[in-house]
Amino acid sequence: MDVRAHMSMLFHLDKCIGCHTCSVACKNLWTDRKGAEYMWWNNVETRPGTGYPTGWEDQEHYRGGWEKNWLGIDLKVHTRTKALANLFYNPALPELDDYYEPFTFRYEDLFNAPEGKHQPTAIPISAVTEEPIDIKSGPNWDDDLSGSPIYAANDPNLEGVSEEVRQQMGEIERVVFNYLPRICNHCLNPACVAACPSGAIYKRGEDGVVLVNEDKCRAWRMCISACPYKKVYYNWSTGKSEKCILCFPRMETGQAPACAHSCVGRIRYMGVLLYDADLIQWAAEGSDEEMFDRQKEIILDPFDPAVIEAAKANGIDDGWIDSAQKSPIYKFVKVWNMAVPLHAEYRTLAMMYYIPPLSPVVSTIEEGLVRLDIAREQIDFELFNSLEKARLPIQYLANLFSGGNEEVIEKILRKMLAVRIYKRRESVEGVIDDATMAMVEAADTTPEEIEAIYRMTTLPTIADRFVFPPYHREMAAEAIFGDPLARKGDTGLGYTKPPKRGA
Amino acid sequence: MSWNTILFVVAPYVAIVLAVGGTMYRTRREAFSVSSLSTQLLEHRKLFWGSFAFHWGILAILTAHFLALIMPVIFDIWNGSQMRLFILEITGFALAAWALGGMLILIYRRLTSKRVQVVTTKMDVVVLVLVLAQIVTGMWIALGYRFGSFWGTNVFVPYVWSLITLRPRPELVAPLPFVLQLHASLFWAFLIAFPFSRLVHIVTLPLPYLVRPWQKVVWVRRDREFVAKEKKDRASAGIG
Ligand code: SF4
Ligand code: SF4
Repeated sequence: MDVRAHMSMLFHLDKCIGCHTCSVACKNLWTDRKGAEYMWWNNVETRPGTGYPTGWEDQEHYRGGWEKNWLGIDLKVHTRTKALANLFYNPALPELDDYYEPFTFRYEDLFNAPEGKHQPTAIPISAVTEEPIDIKSGPNWDDDLSGSPIYAANDPNLEGVSEEVRQQMGEIERVVFNYLPRICNHCLNPACVAACPSGAIYKRGEDGVVLVNEDKCRAWRMCISACPYKKVYYNWSTGKSEKCILCFPRMETGQAPACAHSCVGRIRYMGVLLYDADLIQWAAEGSDEEMFDRQKEIILDPFDPAVIEAAKANGIDDGWIDSAQKSPIYKFVKVWNMAVPLHAEYRTLAMMYYIPPLSPVVSTIEEGLVRLDIAREQIDFELFNSLEKARLPIQYLANLFSGGNEEVIEKILRKMLAVRIYKRRESVEGVIDDATMAMVEAADTTPEEIEAIYRMTTLPTIADRFVFPPYHREMAAEAIFGDPLARKGDTGLGYTKPPKRGA
Repeated sequence: MSWNTILFVVAPYVAIVLAVGGTMYRTRREAFSVSSLSTQLLEHRKLFWGSFAFHWGILAILTAHFLALIMPVIFDIWNGSQMRLFILEITGFALAAWALGGMLILIYRRLTSKRVQVVTTKMDVVVLVLVLAQIVTGMWIALGYRFGSFWGTNVFVPYVWSLITLRPRPELVAPLPFVLQLHASLFWAFLIAFPFSRLVHIVTLPLPYLVRPWQKVVWVRRDREFVAKEKKDRASAGIG
């Protein structure tokens, strides 16, 4: 057992309101620079939709992730020799237009325009060429299903969803969508790391953050294709690849990453997961449907004495173990079994987790009234017994998260519904009847667990949501500079020269 | 000093020293600036036709030059039959033409794509002109002074070896035609431009990728412990 620690984030999709505050916080902090305008290390997409960059899940086109073969797994993008052959032209690289051409407006025109009959306007200009452009797309162009005949209808996760249901999803009374915030998943088996010919990308052993060493990056841009989530970006100005750094400078000082900290819906949780690095390969080699279970299997129980001992032997200190025991992520993922990674079948073992969203019951309008597509006597338990009536098809969610494994999603949705119905009965009607208890049992949970889930979902304080281990930066400073106060008051990290494009 | 000495003794040594020293300095001290500076994200269609043809063509040609330098005897043996000489010369010329075609597409791309122009530096123009001139003079020699693969090993290779062995014999180059001298001199210019331009990315060809493990994990803590231990050891040894 090779125990390692990982900082993971969890997104409770049932709470996301699609406000994009996270994206803006991230942009202001990290990517508000030349060459990075088009990058959204954190982006929020409307689902069903094709996301950002458009169609990123189409791995036949972008060739991200790992492929299972008779020997084990291989990168989908290239073999080692093909990597070298493709240095001069990478056939699977998205073009700028697949993201969108970044733009700004020529504001000075508002001041400099000669006096005339009409109000001057600030025309849109490309942030790359600075020439006037027609804005044709943006990072959330299909927000809230706008343009859905082009975008939503082409969502690859609708595969296997019947034509009839697809039609229904588009009808105005039944329309349904949810938001999907995405950052780099800081995978356990990252395809970006494996694909980098220069070996510039690495995973930090201590907390699992995946980083690009820009001093080593040579712009071979294989990582961009290899990441199935399209979360490495190429800075066209500096000629280096960049990606989400999980705000490690913030985490090292005990603060939540900017996206999580600013989250208006308070949907984000952060904490430590302990995992067994010896099992990574085994986990990555499962079949599509097995992927989810195997990934869960390698997450270890931080209360197990054997795990604690192995963790200590690996240099994980008490502070981290304690943090792992308090981790909300551990609870959601392993104790309550409510969380799934995004697209488990990509086999990168994504370490950011999602709680899938609930959706309303399918309804129709009859004589001006909304009629729920559910039997009268069942109305109390609404979806619980008829998940197939949920507007978001289970198949769809399974394609999105669990490699097509519907059972996993059904269990999670049942549990979420059980919490909701139980708490409603308790607080509105004041009684928990037998039917409710039967439902609790059917959802494989208990009133205590329901209470705990309820509290962690609706009432968590910031300290409940973000549990950070002590990073002991002072020790690093001491080891390197001798005097821990030597650099006190200094600003900045890393570069001592501006990151300027080479000649 | 005669022109011959300046161009064929001084220039090559200056160029080599600059190329090696400059490249070492840049890859170590200015590592951030070392990049192939790909512009594929901004424009990919023309790049496909240009970059592919240019790089593979030029790689093949350079390999041939290199082989001629280190094992000229191979060429002598191969060219023993006229048929084989023709095959070699035609192949070489075709490869050069392919590289030239790619180069022209790349130049056309720089001239026509607004997005690519935004990231084009003065050095990029210098590099384009230099490489283009190299290919053109090379092809000119191949056509005008047949057959290079035949006489080159006897006439030019000894001169290069005289440079390498630090006993320069520029007089070997003196009687050669102008284009040949130009082709050689341009190479020195190329070497000088090497560390100061994007050309430097050539030395970072990632061959270790063929054998390295897929995953890479870096331990800050272990580095930290290592540094601390080093310090302690040095302190106890009375150094630093
Ligand atoms: S999600 Fe992040 S860690 Fe995973 S492959 Fe993509 S860039 Fe790498
Ligand atoms: S800030 Fe939170 S609620 Fe708003 S879009 Fe981002 S994840 Fe969703």
